[in-house]
Formats: sequence, C-alpha cells, structure tokens
Amino acid sequence: MTLPIAARFQLPLNDFTLDVDLRLPSVGVSVLFGHSGSGKTTLLRCIAGLQRAPQGFLEINGQVWQDSEKGIFLPTHKRSLGYVFQEANLFSHLTVADNLQFGLKRMRRSSTNVNFASILELLGIKHLLTRLPENLSGGEKQRVAIARALALNPDILLMDEPLAALDFKRKQEILPFLKILHQTLNIPVLYVTHSQQEVAQLADHLVILTEGKVIAAGGLYETLSRLDLPLAQDQQAVTVWQVSVAEHEVDYHLTRVTFAGGSLSLPLIDAAIGSPLRVQIFARDVSIALEAPKASSILNILPGIISGIADYQAGQSMLQLQVGKQVLLAHITHKSVLLLNLHIGMRVYVQIKGSSLLN
Amino acid sequence: MLNAADIDALWLTVQVASIATVLLLLLGTPLAWWLVRSPSRWKGICNALVALPLVLPPSVLGFYLLILMGPKGVVGHITTELGLGTLPFTFTGLVIASVLYSLPFVVQPLQAAFAAIGERPLEAAATLRASPLDTFFSVVVPLARHGFLTATILGFAHTVGEFGVVLMVGGNIPNKTRVVSVQIYNHVEALEYEQAHWLAGGLLLFSFTILLFMYGVLKTQSVAQPFK
Repeated sequence: MTLPIAARFQLPLNDFTLDVDLRLPSVGVSVLFGHSGSGKTTLLRCIAGLQRAPQGFLEINGQVWQDSEKGIFLPTHKRSLGYVFQEANLFSHLTVADNLQFGLKRMRRSSTNVNFASILELLGIKHLLTRLPENLSGGEKQRVAIARALALNPDILLMDEPLAALDFKRKQEILPFLKILHQTLNIPVLYVTHSQQEVAQLADHLVILTEGKVIAAGGLYETLSRLDLPLAQDQQAVTVWQVSVAEHEVDYHLTRVTFAGGSLSLPLIDAAIGSPLRVQIFARDVSIALEAPKASSILNILPGIISGIADYQAGQSMLQLQVGKQVLLAHITHKSVLLLNLHIGMRVYVQIKGSSLLN
Repeated sequence: MLNAADIDALWLTVQVASIATVLLLLLGTPLAWWLVRSPSRWKGICNALVALPLVLPPSVLGFYLLILMGPKGVVGHITTELGLGTLPFTFTGLVIASVLYSLPFVVQPLQAAFAAIGERPLEAAATLRASPLDTFFSVVVPLARHGFLTATILGFAHTVGEFGVVLMVGGNIPNKTRVVSVQIYNHVEALEYEQAHWLAGGLLLFSFTILLFMYGVLKTQSVAQPFK
C-alpha cells in the first residue's frame, strides 16, 4: 500500500510565514500553484530538505524525512527524491552521460531497477550523451535534467517551475514529454508553477498558495471551478474536462469527444477513437442563452443548470454551471446577469465558442 | 654563468616554494571554503588577517615571526618544549614564514572561484545523493579548477619572489635559507653584477612567463561562469 504524503511546515520568511499542513495523494501530479513570492518554491525546497523549516513534519512513502519535535531531519542527499530545478542545473564540467550517471553512481545497486534506456528514449536525449551542457539548447538541458532526476527511481519527483526559464517554443517542446511522464510515472510528482496552462495540462491535484498559506487543495476539476478562488476571477479562468475521443469528422476537420452527459466538437486532433483527452474551456469563451438557439454558428450548445454566480469588479460576473456531470465556468457581464434574470437553479443553454485542446 | 652557490640557492628556492605551495593549498582550500560559505561574524576579521601580507612590509611580517618563533616567543617556547628547537634561521622556519607571506595569493583566487560556483550546483549534487564532502571533490574542485591553477601559480611565484621575510626570519645560510633573492643581494653587495644578472634575469623571465600563461591561457576560458 502506498501512503499519502504528509507535509507540515512553519518557516518565517521575509514578508510572511510559510505555514502549511498538507496531505497529498501518492499518485499523480500535485501542482503547487501560486503567484511568484507565494512560498511555493520554498515549500518544495523544504520537502527536498534544501531549506530547513524550524517547525516541520514530512512523511513520504511511509518514511519520515523530517520531524522537528523528535529532532529528525534527513539531509537532502539521503532522501529518495528527484529534483528538477527551474534552470536545468547540469554540471558544466560533465558530459550529458556523466550528468545522468552522477546520481546513479551514488546509489546502492539494489535500488536502481529503473530502465535507463527507456528514460533516454522517453525524453529523446539519446543523441546528446557525449555533449557538454554548454552545447545544449535550453529545452535539451531541461530534458537531461528531468532524465537525471528520474534515473534515480526516486520515491517522489519534485519539479520547480521546470518550464519557467524557457521561451514559448521550448515550453511547447517539453510539455509533451511531461504529459507522457504524467501517464507513465507511478510515483507522485510535486510540480511548482505559476502558469495556468501547465496547471490545466498536467495537474491531477491542485494546491493553491497565497502568502505562504494553502487557500485551496483538491482535485483539479473541482478546484478550478470554485468561484471563491482567485483562479476563477482571472481573465484566463478555465475549466478542464476529462473526455474521450468518439469520432473524427475529417471532412470538417473536427473531432467529436464525449463526456459524462454530452459531447463536444473540437478542431481535428490526431488521437485514436476511445483515447482519453483533456479539454480546457476558457470561461471567456462560454456564453449563455435562455432558449436553445435554432440557428447558430456555434457548434457546441449544451443544456446546463446554473449552480453559482459571483460578481467581480468592473461589471464582470462568473457563472458556475452543471453540464451533465461536468462543471463549467462562464465569464459574462454583470449586465447580462440582470437582463436575463439569471439565478441559481435556472436551466440555460451554454454556447462554447472554442475549446482549446489539451493532452 | 651560475656558480655552485647559485645552483644551491636555486634548488633551495624550488624546494621552499614547492613545499610552501603544497601546504598553502592544503591550508588555503578549507580556509577559502569557510570564508565563502560560513555565515560566521568572524569572517571579516579572518579576511583582513589573510589579506595582511598584501599590504604589510615583508620586514614587519618577518620581524613579528622572528619574535614569535624566537626563544622568548610563544611559538618558540612550544617548539623548544617539543624538542624541535627554535625555528628562525632554519629551513622549516623559512617554509612557515613563506606560507604566511603567500597566504592571500592562494586564498583569494580560491575564494573567488568558490564564490563564482554559487549555491545551485551544490544543491543539484545534494538532490543526486552526493554528501557534502563528495560534492566538494566531485563538483566544487572540478568547477574551481582554474581557481586552483591560479592559486598554485601565484602561491609558488610569490614564494619564489620573497626577500624581506627571508632576510628577517631565515637569514643568509647556504643550503638552509639562502634562496635566490638573497643570493642576488649577495652578488650585488659583492659587486658581482654579471652573476646578479643571470639570477635576476632568470627570475624575471620565470615570473613573466608564468604570469603570461596565467593571464593568457586561463583568462580566455570562462572562470566567471563555471555553471551553465
């Protein structure tokens, strides 16, 4: 049986105190999300033992790594973890191969049952082995860094904004690898980011930090659609749906996907029928109609029930809707709410203008 | 050309400088590491002490060493108790004086090299199961290799070039403390300018060559960015 991760830390920082008490699932990707300076990286560093919280308790996979009451603090090099830094942090005096071997050489042989070749394959770095880090692109460096951490077959993988130092193109180059990792890894991943896009694409579990405190923690789908969190108030607010590919309409360049309670049309994607998929729907792309529009250019029109309304600044409102078993956010004006007399429990039709495809 | 006494002086100089350089690296490395890494409030005082030989007249350093290591000094007292006798005017005394005299020339390049490495490679090594000592030898030393080379060259060259300290602590004893710089002085005193030229010119050429090597070869390689 794999036990959940328990992490409690109290650490005074410059502007606030990091004060968290978390239990995280032992599988999947838990994203620590927050603005820069919210303490999320510090939390990750405390988990790695790179920083020592004076008050803390940390248990991973049944092993206590820190218990300040009992004076237990396992130094970083004795913790079974993989750590991917924001900048790749490769050793500049070693080749890619030697960087990858660095940790392996220092491990007891019995604990390295990981298939090294498959990691190289997975991250597409086989052809880089003889190179020095200075001859790698930013994206390649980061892939090597991920492989170097994974090669240790750790109990937990900690990733500190691994894409933040990369430009847009490089990000798009790495994200697919991360998604594959997400599907193939059977260890928990703690992933720090301030990017909503990465949250939507990678997270299974979401922890939101503000000024050192956890303001929300839960499954991705529920947490994203909570109206009381700053996420929903953002211009980029999204909901993520788990769907499966039902049909390709090649003539129209469309793919139809189904979810519990309906189906959606998306721009054509290259995925097998029946394969699971994540779809992110921007709240600003969702509009509301009281009656089913008879003639509309919008393909995705679904019946729904309003389950929440929140008014924000500058005449903006956010609706939370139940569509089948899914939850959806819609960003509309406050005036529309009043004109249509929208209220909780009301049956409406949602029109989804565009769905950005994920996963 | 060089006479036998000159050869002896050269050989003695090489011995003193080599032994002093090895001791300097053994002593200077942990000292430099501590000065870079430690949050101790004694750091300022230690930095100042290490840098003192840069500004003090060698005769001042030599004078105090003479007093300290002499029969009435603290160090002299201890060495006498230990049955070693007193150190002034001995080879050992000369090596000790050289180490102190050249300390900043070894510690400061190492400090700069260690500081340039920064925190991140050390943290990366820790997450890859390397203990702090392991990290020092497998990450810090290779990344600071130019610092070590600079420290070795400067430590050796500066020890070869000492004069004032030698005169105060070592004197002018053939095969024991009469190093090249003292021998040159002897030649000039005796108006043997040709002999003096050979040694002085040789020393000039030697110093220039290794400094040229250091600035020409080492500085073209990146020392400031050991981490990519």
